[in-house]
Amino acid sequence: MVASHAIKEGDILLELDDIHMSFGKVAALAGVSLKVRKGEIHSVIGPNGAGKTVMMNCINGLYRPQQGSITYKGERINDLKPYERAALGMSRTFQKVEVFGGMTVLDNIRLGRHIHLKSGITSGSIYIGKTAKEEVEHRKFIEEEIIDLLEIQHIRSKPTGMLPYGLQKRVELGRALALKPDLLILDEPLAGLNLEEVEDMARFILDVNEEKRWQVTCLLVEHDMGVVMDLSDRVFVLNFGNMIMDGTPEEVQNNPEVIKAYLGEEELYATRK
Amino acid sequence: MQPENRTAPNKIEITQELTIPKLFYRQAKRYGKDRVAMREKEFGIWRPITWHDYLENVKYIALGLISLGLEEGDKVSMIGDNRPEGLWAEMATLCARGIGVWLFQDCLIDEVRYIIDHSDTKFLFGEGQEEVDKAISIFNECPKLKKIIWDDPKGMRNYDEDYLISLKEVQKLGRELEKENPDLFEELINKGSGEEVALLFYTSGTTALPKGALLSHNNMLTMGQHLMQVDPCKDSDDYVSYLPFAWIGEQMMSISCGIQMGYTLNFPEEPETAQENIREIGPHVMFAPPRMYEQMTRTVQVKYLDASWIKRKFYEFSTYVGYKVANLKFDKKPVPWYWRFLEWLASITVQKKLKDHLGLSRVRNAYTGGAAMGPDHFRFFHALGVNLKQIYGQTEVAGISVVHRSGDIKFDTVGHPIPGTEVKIAEDGEILTRSPSVFLGYYKNPEATESTLQDGWLYSGDKGFLDDDGHLVVFDRTKDVFTLKDGKPFAPQYLETRLKFSPYIKDSWVIGDKKDYISAVLCIDYSVVGKWADEKKLNYTSYQELSQMPEIYDLVEKQIREANKDLPDAAKVVKFTNLYKELDADDDELTRTRKLRRAFVEKRYEDIVNGLYSENDTVHVDTTIKYEDGREAHIKTDMQIRTVKD
Repeated sequence: MVASHAIKEGDILLELDDIHMSFGKVAALAGVSLKVRKGEIHSVIGPNGAGKTVMMNCINGLYRPQQGSITYKGERINDLKPYERAALGMSRTFQKVEVFGGMTVLDNIRLGRHIHLKSGITSGSIYIGKTAKEEVEHRKFIEEEIIDLLEIQHIRSKPTGMLPYGLQKRVELGRALALKPDLLILDEPLAGLNLEEVEDMARFILDVNEEKRWQVTCLLVEHDMGVVMDLSDRVFVLNFGNMIMDGTPEEVQNNPEVIKAYLGEEELYATRK
Repeated sequence: MQPENRTAPNKIEITQELTIPKLFYRQAKRYGKDRVAMREKEFGIWRPITWHDYLENVKYIALGLISLGLEEGDKVSMIGDNRPEGLWAEMATLCARGIGVWLFQDCLIDEVRYIIDHSDTKFLFGEGQEEVDKAISIFNECPKLKKIIWDDPKGMRNYDEDYLISLKEVQKLGRELEKENPDLFEELINKGSGEEVALLFYTSGTTALPKGALLSHNNMLTMGQHLMQVDPCKDSDDYVSYLPFAWIGEQMMSISCGIQMGYTLNFPEEPETAQENIREIGPHVMFAPPRMYEQMTRTVQVKYLDASWIKRKFYEFSTYVGYKVANLKFDKKPVPWYWRFLEWLASITVQKKLKDHLGLSRVRNAYTGGAAMGPDHFRFFHALGVNLKQIYGQTEVAGISVVHRSGDIKFDTVGHPIPGTEVKIAEDGEILTRSPSVFLGYYKNPEATESTLQDGWLYSGDKGFLDDDGHLVVFDRTKDVFTLKDGKPFAPQYLETRLKFSPYIKDSWVIGDKKDYISAVLCIDYSVVGKWADEKKLNYTSYQELSQMPEIYDLVEKQIREANKDLPDAAKVVKFTNLYKELDADDDELTRTRKLRRAFVEKRYEDIVNGLYSENDTVHVDTTIKYEDGREAHIKTDMQIRTVKD
């Protein structure tokens, strides 16, 4: 495993090179290349069906691209399984929340921490000394860094499935953060939220990205242009599996091709501003 | 019945010299590291703060303020949720010989600006980013404001204004000053006298701009002592501090009584977790405005509707017994042994559990005050076995002046004056109070002071009378009292609280002064009515839509008929309408303590009032509403007007 401190701010954390992914005859991704630098918020935008989620699934290992290479922290990860990629510090949230409805909020978040638990089943069942100490430390991390950050103290012990959608999204983010990731993939974190929840979520993303204790690189898939343009350092535009451009928010907003392909459809992708 | 004037375990003699800081210092030295002064739930764990820690923190904040340039008599404002840092800041202000001002946590920018400017605030303690943002936006308009102090670092990483300083830095300055001048803190504390102004408290004001009441150390201390003479607390008691510090009732419990009795203050993790945290602590004494108790009643009523058949039967049995026994006690009649047995049965099957869920399992005395509470709610708690007492008070007497005594409770009165307090009724029925706790006057408002304080008597502006047992009965605000069609006076709040006993009704506003009949504007409880509508399979998308559905009107009409029962004909609600929105303090419709600002709503909803007194069965509303973040929305709707059928 490459230690995360070896990669400095501004270095390339994740690189996709000429990724091809097709389902039967449908090419979802046709030679996509992307460079995500450490410390930035890199957004991926594109119309519905452009291949954004497929791209995310390739990155975290749910899909295996037929061609091209994915490099993370300088290491080719094409052949790694999702959990092996998670161990490298990669976590994600899903477009439609994928939380464990019957479990409490705290248990959902703890689950994200599981990968960092060193003790095995035997010492866990005896639960003395090192194991107990380890759990106290993880508890401290979850409480001080995640529950406090996401302001979910009041629902800590509620079953996640009973919560409103906006809070479930927050819990899912909490679970992704419990991994203490270096790269956080957020697949439409704002979809289906009301204005207040959007503002909260945008604030959390910024906090996670900027706060000294976190400084997580974010790969953000989002439709809400107002938020994308405000938050992102760079924006990657995808259309029908092809990259249209990758640049700063200003460049993207002024690119005629992007406007034609995407931003022009104001009604569909109206910003919430 | 508890014996009155029983000497509290640590009775404190209040002399003219005694100040809050002197007493605080004495208590902190006495309890030291052995006793917990406060607890805060943080990161999911209750963390204790001993008296020693309390003193240390206050000391360095106080010295830090001096180091920043605080001078005698300077005003220091505080805004934020209830948390130890807020109380430290207040105590430090008093120790450094400043004057404390508290603002409600949810004050809008205009209110913050008015109070900061009017009070000549020099330093402002805000909790975190939200409060700092408010303060920054008014900073340039308040020239006397020098520094803004914050304690929660969350989201504060990009703020670099030079007038911002963190609480930690203030304490650091304090430590440095202590090195130069080790005895300064003690010297400052020893300087003060009881007559000096301690707090400048802004009254919520149902009519005009808030007025700043000046309260001395002596006012605060005597108030606390007199209350504790009636219902003594122990230093091993627990109290949960979750109501705004800007409300005098919370000051009375946390400061006046808190430092005299030395009980432990507990601060909830977040405002949203308060109810849960109260349950974890199980306080011995509780003081809350009626809306808190109304909320609890609503919770129980709704859970009851949801419960299984067997649970409902048990609940019905226990409330039947509870009401029966409570009524016997209210009438001061002996409770026969078989009723005692049934009471015990009700207690072990239902009441104990229910009280535990409400956080009332250990409560010796629960108080309600600050607004009127209906007899129905009152009876409800006594039927549960909770010793709920009414109190009557106001900011101008540093808290309260009249309270029920255990065993002598009448739900339509507020009880007897506390020791050291005289209450009399003026010729026109106004309630007058005289006690050592009566305030010094209004800040920068001699006219108001003159009309409120005459020959040492405090003119309350409330109408009331003393009943045959010497209990004070508070009728209503003098200016709110109605004259009915038959010429009789009528207190609208009586009817309003009656209407609010229904779990479906959250707020009510009764109209009818010098009119032919009484009418009411009601706000449904969105969650309770929403749930009811879900069960009835009614579709709705918003409060506005739900409130105007005919089925909801039927439901509300039923509730009104219930409230109309046993009322004289002239006092019955004849017409009503459901308001399309909830009444809100942010829209100036309620005060920050959720009292109805009658004159304001009458003007704002003039069309609705006219509609209620016309032949029409709808009233058209076309208005703009403002959200908290300044955005505006346009609302167009028709509100139905319904006549209540007998």
